Amino acid sequence: MKQEFNITVFSENHIGLLARITIVFTRRKINIESLTVSESAISGVYKFTIVIKTTEDQVKKVVSQIEKIVDVLKAFYHTNQELIYQEIALYKVPTDALYDSDQIENIVRNSGARILEITREFTVIEKTGHKEETQALFEQLNQFKVMQFIRSGRVALTRDPIERLSEFLKERDAFLNSMD
Amino acid sequence: MNKEPMKVTGSEAVILSLLEEGVEIIFGYPGGAIMPIYDALYDYDKKITHILTRHEQGAAHAAEGYAKITGKAGVCFATSGPGATNLITGIADAMIDSIPMVCITGQVASPLLGTDAFQESDVLGISMPVTKWNYQITTPEEIPDAIAQAFFIAQSGRPGPVLLDITKDAQFGELEFSYKKCKKIRSYVPETPVDPFKVKAAAELIDNAKKPMLLFGQGVIISKAEEELKAFIEKTGIPAAWTLLGLSALPTEHPLNVGMLGMHGNYGPNVKTNEADLIIAVGMRFDDRVTGKVSAYARDAKIVHLDIDHAEINKIIKADVAVLGDAKKSLKMLTDNCKKNEHKKWLSEFNKAYDTEFEKVIDKDLHPTKEGLTMGEVISKVSEATNHEAILVTDVGQHQMVAARYFKFKHSRSLVTSGGLGTMGYGLPASMGAQLAAPDRTVVAVIGDGGFQMTIQELGTIAQNKLPVKIVLLNNNFLGMVRQWQQLFFEKRYSFTELINPDFLMITKGFGINGQKVTSRENLDAAVKEMMDHDGPYLLEVVVEKEDNVFPMVPSGASVSHILLEP
Repeated sequence: MKQEFNITVFSENHIGLLARITIVFTRRKINIESLTVSESAISGVYKFTIVIKTTEDQVKKVVSQIEKIVDVLKAFYHTNQELIYQEIALYKVPTDALYDSDQIENIVRNSGARILEITREFTVIEKTGHKEETQALFEQLNQFKVMQFIRSGRVALTRDPIERLSEFLKERDAFLNSMD
Repeated sequence: MNKEPMKVTGSEAVILSLLEEGVEIIFGYPGGAIMPIYDALYDYDKKITHILTRHEQGAAHAAEGYAKITGKAGVCFATSGPGATNLITGIADAMIDSIPMVCITGQVASPLLGTDAFQESDVLGISMPVTKWNYQITTPEEIPDAIAQAFFIAQSGRPGPVLLDITKDAQFGELEFSYKKCKKIRSYVPETPVDPFKVKAAAELIDNAKKPMLLFGQGVIISKAEEELKAFIEKTGIPAAWTLLGLSALPTEHPLNVGMLGMHGNYGPNVKTNEADLIIAVGMRFDDRVTGKVSAYARDAKIVHLDIDHAEINKIIKADVAVLGDAKKSLKMLTDNCKKNEHKKWLSEFNKAYDTEFEKVIDKDLHPTKEGLTMGEVISKVSEATNHEAILVTDVGQHQMVAARYFKFKHSRSLVTSGGLGTMGYGLPASMGAQLAAPDRTVVAVIGDGGFQMTIQELGTIAQNKLPVKIVLLNNNFLGMVRQWQQLFFEKRYSFTELINPDFLMITKGFGINGQKVTSRENLDAAVKEMMDHDGPYLLEVVVEKEDNVFPMVPSGASVSHILLEP
């Protein structure tokens, strides 16, 4: 059965690595639903969070293939239930609509969103949450004609008390040192 | 190896680095963007041999042939743009067949990158899906470390091709050269230590199995585990069958060698896969040509899978016990942990299956009564004439399968063939690399009339370098394997498979290579002898039966149990 999986990849910071990782998906005709890349807590180590819809059998194989890439340190996969994750969304609405009634203000309050910037022409609202939540806010705000909308890729943390990567890197360093 | 740094150009650093890695031969083709490197090479012609092929694809396949025989990385040079793209087929071939290869391509100067400069192509991007690793060098200082990493990555773990793309300004620039071999990379663990608990679990399954069967692939050859394999099967009495790329790891005449797996493999190993209660797979990856229909494969068997590549475990066939690591080490540990055993009755079933196959297929192939020559009888004769000690190089198609079935081997690392990619045009250039890797051995290149014409220009390289390759051209004036499928599965609609061929003897003669053409059986022995006695390269063209088929055959998508012995 297909479902959403979150693949986390820790890698060295090398040019072309993103392409090498996406090739693993392209080759199997798997669409990437969302992708976030940034430096992890460990300096020089980059973290990719990739969301795909597929079967568990397939995601296991994909993670194996990604881990095989020379510049990849480690790859994991998790279901949504195993993670705490958020996406951020920005909405640009006409400022006029804010003055016409207090509806937008109520929507912002009730949805836990916040206003980032107000200009004469437009107001920018920010909301973090799961896709369904940011999408629901979009539907609500769109009655006032959202001028622009953007949603980020996913950021996610495991429920483990520690980052598994630091443990992994310690083991890896010990292993490499044992080879000397 | 740290030496006093000295100031050299990037180009010279490339050559010095290759010398540090023990490179003896480069296969390549010069051009604009790699000219500085070729200029540096000019001063080192006493220390390093360069073979100028007639096409970059030839260079790549030659490097593969060299790597297969030596186990060391084959090295190729090519220029940017078309030079580099012409390497791609060979690189893809090396990738799927786990062949260590280091390709060095020239690139336009770094300020021109991305400007559609003359002969610029995104070689990094193009080669990414077919390399184990690739890297673009834009400054001279990066050269020694990048080359050191390239060799480490190409030759360790599951080997594969790597590509270094070096911009022209990095070649021209200068650096303080010192070289240090790469021994480790943080993000890359080529080989994990064998887990003794997994070995124990595997040994228990092996000791308790009634009908065990071992399948070995190229992993045995790559890890130089031939003796360990022999020791294991001899102690446990387990029949062993091979994949195409595993061929020659175990001598043909070994009593436990039960033959080839897969689509055109032997009858016994295929049908017995579905009768076995235990499959021990060593250094093989359950390719679809081996498994046939996966859901109907090894249905009654537990699976023990030994491989160095974790991504191969459970990729196609789920393993009950997976032993990760180098086959040489894991096989040794497995042998130590298993009880001495024999499986006489089970083994005799393979022999019985062989008798059936002999009667229905082999006898007809090797001792035909019909007028036309068969590929089988030619290959068998040639194998005999070399005392089964030659290196066999093949192209791709019917002749390849027949050669794998009937050529015999006494020594490992004696087969050079394109397995996973099935690259027509591979044979002739690969034979050059094989011959250069083993100048004292006889190299026989068995090639079909289709594949021969795909890289026929390499006759020029063979002639120029006086490589004494014995070319056996099996000519049926057809793209035989495709025609066979058309006959069996497309109602004999021979869509564009018939070839009107040139006079091959005249062509080889034009290149200064001797040869002869055989059209009837009574001339075959003498012709084979003449070829073997000839000093230098030789073309033996044998006109074989036009519409012969290779059997047995597991039709595409069928179970290995449903292997056909005749149409």
